[in-house]
Amino acid sequence: MKFDTPATTNPIDRMTVVGRPTPRIDGKYKTTGTAPYAYERHDVNADPAYGYMLGAAIAKGTIRSIDTSEAEAAPGVRAIVTYKNSGPIAVGRFNTAKLLGGPEIEHYHQAVAIVVADTFEQARAAARLIRVDYARAEGQYDLAQAKASATMPKGNADVQHGDFATAYAAAPVTLDETYTTPDQSHAMMEPMASTAVWDGDELILYTSNQMIDWGRGDVAKTLGIPKEKVRLVSPYIGGGFGGKLFVRAEAILAALGSRAAKRPVKIALARPEIFNNTTHRPATIQRIRIGATKDGKITATAHEAWSGNLPGGDPEGATSQSKLFYAGANRSIAERLATLDLPEGNAMRAPGEAAGLMALEIAMDEMAEKLGMDPVEFRAINDTQVDPMKPERPFSQRHFVECLRTGAAKFGWSRRNARPGAVRDGQWLTGLGMAGAFRNNIVLDSGARVRLDRAGRAIVETDMTDIGTGSYTIIAQTAAEMLGLPLDQVDVRLGDSAFPVSAGSGGQFGANCSTAGVYAACVKLREAIAAKAGLDPAAAEFADGHVAVGNRKVPLAGLADAGDLIGEDTIEFGDLDKRYQQSTFGAHFVEVGVNAFTGEARIRRMLAVCDAGRILNPVSARSQVIGAMTMGAGAALTEELVVDKRFGFFANHDLAQYEVMVHADIPHQEVIFLDGADPISSPMKAKGVGELGICGIAAAVANAIYNATGVRVRDYPITLDKYLDRLPVA
Amino acid sequence: MERSGIFDMSRRGVLAGSAATAAVTTMPRAAQAAPAPAEPATGHVSLTVNGERHDLTLDTRTTLLDALREHLQLTGTKKGCDHGQCGACTVIVDGRRINSCLSLAVMHDGDEVTTIEGLGTPDKLHPMQAAFVKHDGYQCGYCTPGQICSAVATLGEIADDVPSHVTQDLTAKARLTNDELRERMSGNICRCGAYSNIVEAITEVAGEKA
Repeated sequence: MKFDTPATTNPIDRMTVVGRPTPRIDGKYKTTGTAPYAYERHDVNADPAYGYMLGAAIAKGTIRSIDTSEAEAAPGVRAIVTYKNSGPIAVGRFNTAKLLGGPEIEHYHQAVAIVVADTFEQARAAARLIRVDYARAEGQYDLAQAKASATMPKGNADVQHGDFATAYAAAPVTLDETYTTPDQSHAMMEPMASTAVWDGDELILYTSNQMIDWGRGDVAKTLGIPKEKVRLVSPYIGGGFGGKLFVRAEAILAALGSRAAKRPVKIALARPEIFNNTTHRPATIQRIRIGATKDGKITATAHEAWSGNLPGGDPEGATSQSKLFYAGANRSIAERLATLDLPEGNAMRAPGEAAGLMALEIAMDEMAEKLGMDPVEFRAINDTQVDPMKPERPFSQRHFVECLRTGAAKFGWSRRNARPGAVRDGQWLTGLGMAGAFRNNIVLDSGARVRLDRAGRAIVETDMTDIGTGSYTIIAQTAAEMLGLPLDQVDVRLGDSAFPVSAGSGGQFGANCSTAGVYAACVKLREAIAAKAGLDPAAAEFADGHVAVGNRKVPLAGLADAGDLIGEDTIEFGDLDKRYQQSTFGAHFVEVGVNAFTGEARIRRMLAVCDAGRILNPVSARSQVIGAMTMGAGAALTEELVVDKRFGFFANHDLAQYEVMVHADIPHQEVIFLDGADPISSPMKAKGVGELGICGIAAAVANAIYNATGVRVRDYPITLDKYLDRLPVA
Repeated sequence: MERSGIFDMSRRGVLAGSAATAAVTTMPRAAQAAPAPAEPATGHVSLTVNGERHDLTLDTRTTLLDALREHLQLTGTKKGCDHGQCGACTVIVDGRRINSCLSLAVMHDGDEVTTIEGLGTPDKLHPMQAAFVKHDGYQCGYCTPGQICSAVATLGEIADDVPSHVTQDLTAKARLTNDELRERMSGNICRCGAYSNIVEAITEVAGEKA
């Protein structure tokens, strides 16, 4: 189905199932521990061998020699694969560094070997017996130092709109500040894990991957085998956040180890290896300049961002939102990319905007203060309903101001004291902060197959994944709505490359695109059902388990007696995303307390108001937003991969030292979704929501800490060592 | 204390130099004095898991977590970090919650272990499991069994008057407050960030009990 004109009225608009708060259909499996994850496929492999990875002990250089003899002789060892016996290993289309290193080493903990043994304990012990002699090369690990050598990355040309320099020089109120964000890790709870089974020259990988078709292609490319010979199965994924968008080392090692040992092999990365072996969100340095009139109209915006990556890698893209979020006639945007020999930088939840808004939304707070304006008001008067650099191109929908106003009213923003450091609650300095949220709505083609069986049940198959986002449930809701079936009459099968290719899970495009693909397949199935029932497909109505035209009503059960009726299609998006700017918007409000004596910061309240099109399932959509707010709170307060700038690795590479938010850090959270259905995004009229919540929230926390303490910290995370000596005297 | 080579190197800030590099990662061959590889030591252990007795002969290095997951194929208990940092492996042993990754299986001879599979099944959910579904107290589901085991044990600890870090009055009866729940549950990380919903689920179950 082509989608190249805005949606009109369609069966989804009935909203009898779609849009209703619906507990997850996979919930009973997840809560009982019966949902099978990649390392747990005893059902298909009763007796797998165990793999264990050895990671490189240097950040850059070469392996001079590698001695596996002692490890090979260790008890239970079945095979050891290194670059010497792996055969050719190519770099995947979506990878920057090789997933099995050697002799060249590109980053610390790059895989250099897999040991396969009868038990996990044997494989782990034997991996310690591999002797590697490295020749270390000098590398560049310090973004601040490498900044001067950074260049304009391909595909990120500088943007000059109007005349920034002149407008900035003429502006009566200006800001020129530099902000930094650190390297961050996805730290999803399920380690990267795969079980590999070879059947002749065909490989089945039970894995944990967000993008099945990309992964299938990259496994094939990396191993040099045809894509048709690879099957990926990934029905449950223990979190991804971008870290499982791409094939990672363990999948390739499992395949190699299994081929060498001639047995199914399963392997999970050990937690301390994940932070340096896999990808991370790269650190940024961001300089922001804003010029405005005295009444707060922005006239000039400049956003320059520096990040680093391995050769061939991409920049973080922290300037992305600054092209679109606020009005202003004159604009200058520049991305700069330095070569760093740290592990591969790549997408983490809201790549670009998450880091970019950490800086921009502090800058907006600072600007509001310079102007003597309320930060809500300052944002509201700089709203734009069109692409600021292409005024003929409107936003498909934009209710940002409504987010701001609704949030301010609900949160009690009017009670905020604009003078920082002025409000006390016992020994706590308290403060309120807010920030805007912005994240684009991406559309990607997505396919599905829907079958009606003789019992009248619908079975949906698509290679779409559920990484905690709630895909199972919204896909079931979509099919139920389209076919007039109760939710429990729909089965959903996901994450298998044997199913039609979907958009996959990433960039908050999964929910809207994958359900639109199911919508398209259901349209086909509705035609097949109506034809089978001898009814006019154009006039057929589907409700209560029946298809009907006028008084003629035929139950779906029994229609497929002679074999399943099948509808299969792909939603193919036209140029509506070119003609319109499709984005999602939000406003975050936060209250913090900062201990006046110890500097300890605690979040007391959090509210997000979101404008993200039609909300398909308010239960899981809300969870996506509060989860993203939680991750953003971590970005504000604790999360930082600490770079060892001499040896070139992230020093705090485990969950004890890379501090993510825990229960004690997070209060009750509130989310408000504005009513809305965006007919320009898809037949579902939905938009992404999974990343919107992390956009801006860290700055809202930062602004609240400033409001509480009067100390402006521009380097994340905002740990107390950065402000303790400047707290107001009690 | 004698410092190893890597500390000497980092102290001097030496980055390059292949001789030093080799010393970091390659032990002199003679120093290894590799003995002939020995077969792993094994031990016998009897565990009662979810009411069912299992007699196992295990590599003594096998954790309780891996005994459950790999030997008994009870994969509801999750391995998130294997270092006691995330809580995904939480099970209840003789009434107390523990990180099963931090405990060797052979240390549990005669112990009674309750895992997520012992609390309820998809067709017959434990009240805590049902509350997690109702309140969407999870997303990806990987920390969920640990959260639920931890939550069930937490309510038991409060009922037993076991104090926590945030208990203000150690002599008073332990109370079930939001702060107490958040403190006691902080060993169970949920990277999807379902904390707000998890606490609501636990609070509801606690309310029904009270």
